Amino acid sequence: MLQGPGENAGVVDIGEGDAVAFKVESHNHPSAVEPFEGAATGVGGILRDIYAMGARPIALLDGLYFGEDDIQFERAVAGIGTYGNCVGVPNVGGATFFDSRYAGNCLVNAMCVGILPREQLTSARASGVGSVVMFGATTGRDGIGGASVLASQELGEDDADKRPSVQVGDPFTGKKLIEVSVELIESNLVESLQDCGAAGLASALSEMAASFGLDIHLDRVPLRQDDLEPWEIMVSESQERMVAAVTPSLVPAVKDVCARWELPCTEIGTVTDSGVLRCFWHGDVIGDIPARFLTEDAPRYQLELAARPKQDPPPTPVAPPFRQALLELLASDNIRDRAWVFERYDYIVGSRTVRRPGLDAGVLRLRPSLRGLALSLDGNGRIAWLDPRIGGAHAVLEAARNVACSGGEPLAITNCLNFGNPEKPEMAWELSEAIEGMAQACEALGIPVVSGNVSLYNETDGQPIYPTPVVGCVGLVPDVREIGGAWRDGDVVLLAGESRLSIAGSEYQALYDKVCGAPAEFDLEAEAALIRFLWKNNRLFSIAHDVAEGGLAVCLAECAIFSGIGAHLDLPADPVQLFGECGGLAVVACAREQVSQLETAGVPLREIGSAGGDSLNGMPLSQLTRCWQAKSTSTKDS
Amino acid sequence: MTPNRPKIAVITFLGSLDDHDAAWALAAVDVEPQLVWHAETELPKDTAAVVLPGGFSYGDYLRGGAIARFAPIMESVTEFAAKGGLVLGICNGFQILCEAGLLPGVLIRNASLSFVCRDTTLRVERTDTPFTSRCEQGQRLSIPIKHGYGNFTGSDELLAELEKKNQIVLRYHGDNPNGSALNIAGVVNELGNVMGMMPHPEHAVDRLLGSADGALILASLADAAREQSAALV
Repeated sequence: MLQGPGENAGVVDIGEGDAVAFKVESHNHPSAVEPFEGAATGVGGILRDIYAMGARPIALLDGLYFGEDDIQFERAVAGIGTYGNCVGVPNVGGATFFDSRYAGNCLVNAMCVGILPREQLTSARASGVGSVVMFGATTGRDGIGGASVLASQELGEDDADKRPSVQVGDPFTGKKLIEVSVELIESNLVESLQDCGAAGLASALSEMAASFGLDIHLDRVPLRQDDLEPWEIMVSESQERMVAAVTPSLVPAVKDVCARWELPCTEIGTVTDSGVLRCFWHGDVIGDIPARFLTEDAPRYQLELAARPKQDPPPTPVAPPFRQALLELLASDNIRDRAWVFERYDYIVGSRTVRRPGLDAGVLRLRPSLRGLALSLDGNGRIAWLDPRIGGAHAVLEAARNVACSGGEPLAITNCLNFGNPEKPEMAWELSEAIEGMAQACEALGIPVVSGNVSLYNETDGQPIYPTPVVGCVGLVPDVREIGGAWRDGDVVLLAGESRLSIAGSEYQALYDKVCGAPAEFDLEAEAALIRFLWKNNRLFSIAHDVAEGGLAVCLAECAIFSGIGAHLDLPADPVQLFGECGGLAVVACAREQVSQLETAGVPLREIGSAGGDSLNGMPLSQLTRCWQAKSTSTKDS
Repeated sequence: MTPNRPKIAVITFLGSLDDHDAAWALAAVDVEPQLVWHAETELPKDTAAVVLPGGFSYGDYLRGGAIARFAPIMESVTEFAAKGGLVLGICNGFQILCEAGLLPGVLIRNASLSFVCRDTTLRVERTDTPFTSRCEQGQRLSIPIKHGYGNFTGSDELLAELEKKNQIVLRYHGDNPNGSALNIAGVVNELGNVMGMMPHPEHAVDRLLGSADGALILASLADAAREQSAALV
């Protein structure tokens, strides 16, 4: 790990002189009020966090949690597409989850991954006395109070009034800002780089000032309307702006780069050694505060926690017979084909995308090397609501399993904690438990949490969302030529892992019953062993796919659909074994003669049948595919 | 100069996204790609062909290609084309060529009203162009698209003329992803030295990334550019 939490993003060393920077961030409240711009600027914001670290962004992923049949979902997808497609960063995966608990307060989490030569790592913190330069868009009244008015309050009926607090994105300027920032860093022209995100300059400058100090002349900030008050300039959340600390002799060179890309660039102040952040307006000091008060020495408060009692094991739902249940699950909102979402995003720009979105994790080749990155983003609020500690661990394990199924050794995670109002003791307990669960899972896997973001107060009219820890995982693939994606005729189909499953929180339960009961507890050692088994043996697999939403039955059906080849399998009769979720299980396939080469290292491995034919145990593949794709027709933009 | 590695200029407009991908893909078919900044007024000496890459030049804020066509370099590109120079416009580059009047027709919003990114199957209608000489007549190519405004259209007279003069080089086969007239995916000008296509051949030069069929288009261009270079020597 080169950079842990505390900077704009975490950075991990991946060897051969390269490093990867990544982070996930929420833009929930703006998206709830204005889904198109809210989601678009969510993408813009996370991109800036990545190039502020000195990295070139190479991938986006997004976590979208919405109510069922919510028209706002379409708008959010359009917003993400509009921004991401226009800046040329491929969108290679993510999570989409529908549940009525998100109806009044959707979640839009955006993750960005960037690569950089390790010596190019840049900090937001000034490293010495110098000039402060601001470049990018002009400053206006948009987004004033975005972080405080929107993000830190519950939503209610009068939210239409909050629309002016939503920022408006300009992806064309965003694209130029990426190129300028990367060029400034590659040419070694800036000491530190910082994006203006939530709370605008106020937040950017206080992080930059850190142990030094800053004198800022707010009257020099280029404005898009000229009647702004100094305080408004300080907290405006106008998009596409960066600040940099620059050695004074290099300021002209910085201005030249900006001019070439047709971006305004202005010297707005100086880094001092006073330890104080001072704001000037036409020469007069109009505000000063010791810089540390805004960062390290900010006041902290203790939350009061109130635990919910443990739930009983769930009853088995009264559900239709196996075949009908499988078809209904395949067509359900949380399982059906996602092509209608990801086809709205450019997932190929950059010429790195080896595995496109759809199966477990996206895989990008680190050209010209044959190494690659496997990227996933996951989180299941239903399970976290039933037991937040298990939900926290589940998000980490699911994200890591998806990376491992795609041939990647999980290196590190980033996380976004989407919760309700933490001033309510029960919500505070959910938060605390989920963090504990994530920590335990990371410890078992031996991987660090390198960055993250919290989104609290996700409540509308007093109704909180499901507590939703969302985890992004980055894994290293040794050779992208070796990752599979389809089982072949005659391959042996194997089930890897110990089956500790529960109906609680599953799609099966949500479809045929109410969400209730205690989810299955994890055996973290066994989970870690399974994940190791999956990535270490990946070159031998023709496909590897973990058991997630919809359980084993859906996992096998998806394998058959992705492969275009059926299978004859020995399946259990118990609905919990067929449709239960949460425990670490994965389906893998390989040629018969390769089974003996698999290094199980204690992971239980059971042959359940073989691939071949055009049906899954007699269910025609065409019927399974039709159900899975049923509602996947393209929908309209506006 | 080495006639074996012809120089192909790839123009970077503000907002171009596939310029580096195009350069990388051209290098893979044994071309010496040269990225040329939009503000330049001259193409580099010995330029044997020009590629206008995909992207969102100027954010597509007014209309795809409508602002980029006024970039300083475009005067030089127009002159180059008028002398019979080879020009390939891909996606946004196609839009720029239509806006600049170097190609007939217009590209309007997809019939679905949505941006769409997916593999398409193309049918090669002509192999006697500098862009398709390595293909076979009627060959099916798998090349991805990614655009919101790829729906090629024109007046009935124009479309009839394109058919009559055999200017339609590539058509969507089966699924038409954007509703284009006559299933048009790529057209040439009357002279046959300027082609625009919505699918991205530069994103189909490596099977690891999906398909290598686009290499046939770029290698055809490389062949023709090599001949041009040889003629210049």
